[in-house]
Amino acid sequence: MALLSVNNLSISFGGLRAVDDFNIQIKKGQLYGLIGPNGAGKTTVFNLLTGVYRPDEGIVLLDDKNITNLKTMDINKCGVGRTFQNIRLFKKLSVLDNVKVGLHNRFHYNTFEGILRLPKYRRLEKMMNEEAYRLLEVFDLDGEAKLSAGNLPYGKQRKLEIARTLATNPKLLLLDEPAAGMNPNETKELMETIRFVRDNFAMTILLIEHDMKLVSGICEELTVLNFGKILISGETNAVLNDSRVITAYLGE
Amino acid sequence: MKDKLKKMPKTWLDNLITYGMVIIVFLLVQMFISRGLVSNLLQGLLVPLCVYVILAISLNLTVGILGELSLGHAGFMCIGAFSGAFFSKVMADIITVTAVRFTLAILVGALFAGVFGFLIGMPVLRFRGDYLAIVTLAFGEIIKNVVNALFVGVDSRGFHFSLKDSMSLGLEADGDVIIKGALGIIGTPRNSNFTVGIVLVLITLFIVLNLINSRDGRAIMSIRDNLIASESIGINVTKYKLMAFSISAALAGVAGVLYSHNLNSVAATPKNFGYNMSIMILVFVVLGGIGNIRGSIIAAVVLTLLPEMLRGLNNYRMLIYAVVLIAMMLFNWSPQILAWREQHSIKDFLRKRRKVQ
Repeated sequence: MALLSVNNLSISFGGLRAVDDFNIQIKKGQLYGLIGPNGAGKTTVFNLLTGVYRPDEGIVLLDDKNITNLKTMDINKCGVGRTFQNIRLFKKLSVLDNVKVGLHNRFHYNTFEGILRLPKYRRLEKMMNEEAYRLLEVFDLDGEAKLSAGNLPYGKQRKLEIARTLATNPKLLLLDEPAAGMNPNETKELMETIRFVRDNFAMTILLIEHDMKLVSGICEELTVLNFGKILISGETNAVLNDSRVITAYLGE
Repeated sequence: MKDKLKKMPKTWLDNLITYGMVIIVFLLVQMFISRGLVSNLLQGLLVPLCVYVILAISLNLTVGILGELSLGHAGFMCIGAFSGAFFSKVMADIITVTAVRFTLAILVGALFAGVFGFLIGMPVLRFRGDYLAIVTLAFGEIIKNVVNALFVGVDSRGFHFSLKDSMSLGLEADGDVIIKGALGIIGTPRNSNFTVGIVLVLITLFIVLNLINSRDGRAIMSIRDNLIASESIGINVTKYKLMAFSISAALAGVAGVLYSHNLNSVAATPKNFGYNMSIMILVFVVLGGIGNIRGSIIAAVVLTLLPEMLRGLNNYRMLIYAVVLIAMMLFNWSPQILAWREQHSIKDFLRKRRKVQ
């Protein structure tokens, strides 16, 4: 059974059909890639899935639950976490606090308990710290916990963004070009991290990527978008060797 | 793992310095007063100083922590001042214990200002952009003018409102006009003093600092840093924006109550509740460092005392004031000075000393 099932998703901006009849089925535990040339509509698909845009048509089902027209925050509560192409961290907050904001909806105490520092505040803050440090250790960021997030080197910022999203305990993780701007070494390390996350957090991952090495290295299945339409979907090697895909990327 | 938890960011040390600073200044001032070293002029400034400090802290919650611009903070102060004074005047005979009445008046002022903050924030904070600045700017002016034209009287049949004059209230013989339009409220009990002011400053600090270092505070600051990311990890953006803004407005209301109970009469003039006042509070916040609570306190105190201390210099007064403004701006915003301050911070100094011991 598919964890994420998207049927007939479409959106237009003015006269431009940015995404047209997009379909995808992602099984639990799968590492799925979404590729395509610049401007193909990949990020628009992510924005549709996370409620940043409302689709004109189509249905998005997560675990058989319709999340199509929900708000961004509610979609996250249903279990969709995402990262951004251009990193969006809380730059002035510390690395630790970035992850703790991610834990927001998992540890509840109210404003008065917070202001008056009641025992529940102390207990839950301690639990949040432990949980946040556990996540930071996974990404080898625990040494930088007290730095402000904006001061981290680029590669670590990417990792922190993933850690923050994982803190919300999602079922499905959407990664928008996680390797953008990384050197080959960092990309390799990132591949390991993504695999590790999939295995250790039992995560289902959909990622947008340009780096073909990364895609062919870790994705089991691919969907190729071109001009908002699906060009081809299927098993990774078959897709990458398809003549239509090569044409879309390299031209005739 | 465990020793890592022990090395948690020492925000409490930071907060402790802030509380300590306020308490030490209070004790010093009390000592000087008892020795007769403080002039009458200066003594008269002590309560307004507390008022400005509370206003600066509360505005910093909106501007520095939430990252929205409010240009009508004096409007919330005005609401607090009038609702608090109104309560005190009406209840003067019913609640005779001053402490209880004044405490309730403060709560009433905070409640009214907070409710207005909520009502204004509810539509405006749903937008992204500088709409709050525009709306609060208008709100501050509207409130001031409405209060200037407002007549409220009370008699055996209850409260009467009018926007024309006190005659049209139609009061009975036993009635009393409490808010007299442009004259405002005359005869408020003068319950404010420096000690009450400092206690309120400390309470304001306690609320704001603890809020910042809690789950809600982190959510508020995440909205400031990146709204889209904040939504994407499930933060209810509108709720937390409203929460921060309402608390900020309520605290401004507290400052208003303190202000109105320091005077025999309170009237809304452009000088006390107008646009210039709102801008002055903003100047405290900006020059003290946006998001820096301790900085706002220092800026509010320095920039309030300075013009008074320099009265003897007549025309040179504003010149020096301007130079101080520029110096403070450099101190808080120049990259080189910021880097220097990072290297020579009090916190590091204390930490090093503790290590030596």
